[in-house]
Amino acid sequence: MAEDKQAIVQVKHLKQYFNIGKPNEVKAVDDVSFDIYKGETFGLVGESGSGKSTTGRSIIRLYDPTAGQILFNGQDISKIKSHGPQMKKFRREMQMIFQDPYASLNPRMKVKDIIAEGLDVHGLTSSNEERDKRVRELLDMVHLNPEHMTRYPYEFSGGQRQRIGIARALAVDPQFIIADEPISALDVSIQAQVVNLMQDIQKEQGLTYMFIAHDLSMVKYISDRIAVMYHGKIVELADADEIYDHPLHPYTKSLLSAIPVPDPEVEKTRQRIDFDYKSSFHEGQKLQEVLPGHFLYCDDKKAATFK
Amino acid sequence: MDKILEVKDLHVNFATYNGTVQAIRGVNFDLSAGETLAIVGESGSGKSITVRSILQLLAKNADINKGTILYHGEDLLKKSKKEMDAIRGNKISMIFQDPMTSLDPTMTIGKQVAEPLLIHNKVSKKEALGRAEEVLRLVGIPNPKERMNDYPHQFSGGQRQRIVIAIAIVDYPEILIADEPTTALDVTVQAQIIDLLKELQQKIGTSIIFITHDLGVVAGIADRVAVMYAGKFVEYGSVDEIFYDPQHPYTWGLLDSMPTLDTSEEDHLNSIPGTPPNLLNPPKGDAFAPRNEYAMQIDLEEQPPFFKVSKTHYAATWLLHPDAPKVTPPKGIQKRFTKFKKLGDNI
Repeated sequence: MAEDKQAIVQVKHLKQYFNIGKPNEVKAVDDVSFDIYKGETFGLVGESGSGKSTTGRSIIRLYDPTAGQILFNGQDISKIKSHGPQMKKFRREMQMIFQDPYASLNPRMKVKDIIAEGLDVHGLTSSNEERDKRVRELLDMVHLNPEHMTRYPYEFSGGQRQRIGIARALAVDPQFIIADEPISALDVSIQAQVVNLMQDIQKEQGLTYMFIAHDLSMVKYISDRIAVMYHGKIVELADADEIYDHPLHPYTKSLLSAIPVPDPEVEKTRQRIDFDYKSSFHEGQKLQEVLPGHFLYCDDKKAATFK
Repeated sequence: MDKILEVKDLHVNFATYNGTVQAIRGVNFDLSAGETLAIVGESGSGKSITVRSILQLLAKNADINKGTILYHGEDLLKKSKKEMDAIRGNKISMIFQDPMTSLDPTMTIGKQVAEPLLIHNKVSKKEALGRAEEVLRLVGIPNPKERMNDYPHQFSGGQRQRIVIAIAIVDYPEILIADEPTTALDVTVQAQIIDLLKELQQKIGTSIIFITHDLGVVAGIADRVAVMYAGKFVEYGSVDEIFYDPQHPYTWGLLDSMPTLDTSEEDHLNSIPGTPPNLLNPPKGDAFAPRNEYAMQIDLEEQPPFFKVSKTHYAATWLLHPDAPKVTPPKGIQKRFTKFKKLGDNI
């Protein structure tokens, strides 16, 4: 990561509530703030229901945020209209890769039409030849055979489908990609293929990623910085190594202690740390920088102990 | 050790519109009393089919066309439907992967847990419910007495999986088959469920066949490990042998494609190229050969037999043939070998 950190995405006090005012109101994302720097991979981890996917979906404006700001290259995109030229421009710059490669590709569309849909929407190619040429380039980039562009999704395996999803995201030359559990539906031997591909493309194109996952060892491997979410809040945020080597929040510690390691000796000696919600959360806590670059959700008294 | 289960030369075919899929192509293994055997492999490798064959829970188009499954010396494949019903859920029971779909949403959990007892043991309803409460407590459901009358939707995912486990163990089975029991769960919950299974194994002395694709989970729970690929076992051995002295290139690939917490971003992950073969037309030679960078000519022509590595460790790769050239395994695997040597020195 470059030293002169330039934020591409700034999330400020983002709140995303559902069923507002009803008895079943859910505070899926509850006052979350963080920056994502240009060129980095920002990992977001947490268990199911922690709000990590909702955070991603709010940033890309699949939801209308309840409160807070989302700055993309300095411009607030949290309130731009769902349909309009501003949103269309924004959609080109930010793309998403979805979790389920089976459900996220239209089974009735040919691969070339799936990939080129963004090109068509934004009018990025002027002729069919140019469109096909671009699709070939994209398939080649994700290591799929360009000859297969007229096939349908069912003719591809899970890993290959995820590559199609990546090609589709790349089609409109985005700057920032949100990958929501892009490998969790894939087999171990295929996961590494997709992760390596994503990293190669990132280097070639200077992309910024937000990588949402619950597989902590993969997140650590791919991310520069990691935020840990719990119950709609970010409880800790730091460099990937720092968060694994020196976790501060009890929830992070508990999460790390639960990761299965493919090494019997490690497993034999593993001590699982239980996490107690009540003793860890109370009024007056907020996410604050307690060590350089290391943010912790705590109260001021606790924060002072790091000074 | 007592062998309670012996699977010999199991072959399972599926009739499909496109032809016959040879899902299991000759699987052999045994299970001793009280041990945990993990079967690892990717989706489509046949691990679920293998264990479902034991309980004969296969789809209608399946055909177990060869092999024997000996349970205490008796072939389960020759049992009548009625005889199998008496074994299933009683002597041998199964924990399914998805806790969301493997419970009956319209039945209270107390009844669901008591059901196997009522079917198999003909105990009174009151007794069965009492036992159900006891088992629910054992698997860690708080206030089981009050919660017996609740329905599955009133429980979280982790609690539902505990209930599924309670159903499986209520009859104290000799063999517990767990088919990816933690895959749908969060890591913290997964760790709790695994601890629970280990604890239960000690308490009721059951043998476990644990199916998973997660090698981390295997390292934590297994005594012995079998690695499966394209309908066959390619390597099996004790957990230490598989993790620290793996011999088959597919096992190398699996172990090496997972980042450990000390893999840094500079070391590119070692991925296994390509995809598994289509078992409509299984390859003539070693099924892994097309994805195997260590493949030799013979791998494409002839299936390798099992070569003995130790008394407990076998691998089906031509690399173990005395005439095979010496190859250098991936770096990550060499590190594991070093650890194996150290372990050996300590014994």
